[in-house]
Amino acid sequence: MTARIFRLFIPLLAVAAAALCSMAIIALSGRDPLMICEKLFRAAFASDYGAGQVLFKTTTLIFTGLAVALPFRARLFNVGGEGQLQLAALAAAITGALLPESLPPVVAVLFSAFAAMAAGGLWGASAGLLKVRFGVNEVISTIMLNFIAQAATGYLMSWRFAEPSTGHTAETGGAFMLPQIDDLFGLFAGSPANISLLIALGTALCAALYLFRSRAGYELQAVGLQPEAAKYAGIQSGRHVTAVMGLAGAIAGLGALNLVSGYKHYYEAGLTGGFGFSGIAVALLAGANPLWIVPAALFFGLLEYGGLAVGAYVPKDIFMIIQALTILIVIVLNARKP
Amino acid sequence: MENAIRLTALSKKFGTVEACRSVSLSIRSGSIHAVVGENGAGKSTLARLIYGMHRPDGGTMEINGTPVSFASPAEAIAAGIGMVHQHFMLVPTLTVAENVTLGLEKKRLFFPLDPEGSAESIRQLSLKYGLAVDPLAPVSTLSVGEEQRVEILKVLYRNARILILDEPTAVLTPQETSRLFAMLRSLAGEGKTILIITHKLDEVLALADTVTVMSRGSVTGTLSCKETSKEELARMMVGRSVLLRIENPPSTPGETVLSVENLGFRTAAGLVKLEKVSFCIRSGEIFGLAGVEGNGQSELLSLLWGIHDRSGQLSGKMLFEGADITGRSPGEIARLGVSLVPEDRLKHAVVPGFSVAGNMIFGRHREKRFHQGFGFDRREVAEYSRNLGGTYDVRCTDHENTPLGALSGGNQQKVVVARELDRPGLKLLILSQPTRGVDIGAIEQIHRSIIGARDQGAAILLVSSELDELIALSTRIGALYQGSIRRIFSPEEVREGRKRGRPFEEELGLSIT
Repeated sequence: MTARIFRLFIPLLAVAAAALCSMAIIALSGRDPLMICEKLFRAAFASDYGAGQVLFKTTTLIFTGLAVALPFRARLFNVGGEGQLQLAALAAAITGALLPESLPPVVAVLFSAFAAMAAGGLWGASAGLLKVRFGVNEVISTIMLNFIAQAATGYLMSWRFAEPSTGHTAETGGAFMLPQIDDLFGLFAGSPANISLLIALGTALCAALYLFRSRAGYELQAVGLQPEAAKYAGIQSGRHVTAVMGLAGAIAGLGALNLVSGYKHYYEAGLTGGFGFSGIAVALLAGANPLWIVPAALFFGLLEYGGLAVGAYVPKDIFMIIQALTILIVIVLNARKP
Repeated sequence: MENAIRLTALSKKFGTVEACRSVSLSIRSGSIHAVVGENGAGKSTLARLIYGMHRPDGGTMEINGTPVSFASPAEAIAAGIGMVHQHFMLVPTLTVAENVTLGLEKKRLFFPLDPEGSAESIRQLSLKYGLAVDPLAPVSTLSVGEEQRVEILKVLYRNARILILDEPTAVLTPQETSRLFAMLRSLAGEGKTILIITHKLDEVLALADTVTVMSRGSVTGTLSCKETSKEELARMMVGRSVLLRIENPPSTPGETVLSVENLGFRTAAGLVKLEKVSFCIRSGEIFGLAGVEGNGQSELLSLLWGIHDRSGQLSGKMLFEGADITGRSPGEIARLGVSLVPEDRLKHAVVPGFSVAGNMIFGRHREKRFHQGFGFDRREVAEYSRNLGGTYDVRCTDHENTPLGALSGGNQQKVVVARELDRPGLKLLILSQPTRGVDIGAIEQIHRSIIGARDQGAAILLVSSELDELIALSTRIGALYQGSIRRIFSPEEVREGRKRGRPFEEELGLSIT
């Protein structure tokens, strides 16, 4: 029993331990850690703009975190969130730009979302298929698919879709934007936080229902926990592997909604900026539980934005160190025998 | 005589479970001492405490009169204790000699070994104790009995004076068992102390000098084997008198349900695993399949359940109610009204991390009665689990929140048996080692349910390495040897044999070796 309670507190312990380490590193770099902390929290929470920025980053991280967490339950490690998100973002931007201006905004956004999910989903599902059909380890295939996605978007941008004057794709019409949270609730004025946040929360809830309440989730967990027994019970694990990888890719793709439809309205190189990879950290910190993904994403969102905000005092690299340390400590604590 | 091992008030807790409660025990030097008990009674924990695999929470231990406290098996080995585990720990690609000397090469890393020298010393050791085995044979070519001899050689090579054996006869034929016992007696005659952990009361009485009965983590009593009986030991183990012989009224077989015709299976590497296997099972009869592990039973079962290695080559036919089921998936076969209780329940039949209720429907979760929307009707599932658990005496209070892994082995097996026997429209029940690693109380319960299913008209295929179980339950018995059925004992022969007892067991044992 004590072991179970201890496990519940692992993420908090890891965060606290990593924070202490980072304080020490900041002190070593010649800055007063408490001052940096204060600046960070002030930047993130004292202004509407700062809080909105944190939530904007949190939104993408919820999507990419879920994209790692769900396959994790079937003992699959999806490291391909970045590539899935990249392709999805390009697909969403191109779809948005190609649609006629006369379409009602809701329909246009739905089209973009569909294009994003299809692109990400296909990318994820192909890793699943490679595993089921040819036994290719999904870690290797998703890394390779990341490279392909990176190169393909680069190629498509330079040779086809980027406008020479701006270096990014054509902007979608203003009507195709997702409403900002500011527009709806009068909160977080001037920040890029948009209603994708609500979509992200809804997706996390649906993912939890799928995993813990649905028959598909029951079978999926059996495949993850006891693959041999699942086979004996007549569960077709191949289908689950392909499906969950496709689903993960589609969810990572939804992150494009936040970046493109909610914020930039176009695609440019570097737009996805490593969100796909940070999703791995989010999922590990959350113990692959879809509901815990939300606070974990918030924590990493805070670090991502806060790191930028105090960039004048300490290099942003220190915050990357905190992120990585947190995850290492989580893994070490989990591996510890109770 | 002095004591080789003396335990005083030894205790060990796992979480809230007291696996050993203040166990005090003395084992005389040079004696054969047996520890018996139900599953979860704490025998294996006790052995692991002595061998240094677990550290006790309290109490003291003395080896040959010296107080000790082992932090690891390495320290126990240094103190002259050796253990032969239930599951052998050998490297199949290495030779017998290499396995025995592994870790004691007496050479520096990267320096050449001395294979002839070690083979010679092992040959002498095996001659001395009558452990016939070729030191240069690769372990992968050995039989199970020979593998066990290698394990014992490993222990002797390390100069152990105290041997602990955990369920040593689980995988042996009667002939191999008597050979093992003769060897253990000669070891004891040499002054070695032997501690044997087992379920089988017959063997205890045949082999041991002293027996300790454990129940729920405590010692119920230590007796001299000369002065006790099987019935007395059984009573001490379960706290009530159990029927060691099951009521088995004559059966009335009906239509043929399963018929296997000239079934053959050859692996991709060309090894013949099954050859011309033919038998049929009628509704209302139990067809027992006797055989030592590795003679084709696992291949036969995986073919019947549709999970065989698809790269292998299959010949012959498997007809279920006249329709060929070759190449169908487990889900499709189950839908026909077929249930399987696989041998390795932890790996193949349950998900230990799921709740008891979640396991009670595992594999049957496609049945509409458990469904609601995209998910399960959780109240129905919980109620079903509680009811079925009640019928089969599964000891668990909260079916929805207790993970199955928290139950004892016997209770886990009752969950599997309950689930598979309760399958709607059950026509064929395939059971593999249904009572392995299960305590006496649960064995009785499971045997009664098997007879019950037979009387309800199910056709039953029973694969077991326990000959007395096969004889007690089966209508007919097939003897499987090297992938073929060597002989099928008719209902009359089995009925006669049940009365003859031991001689029939020997006859059956001969036909599978």
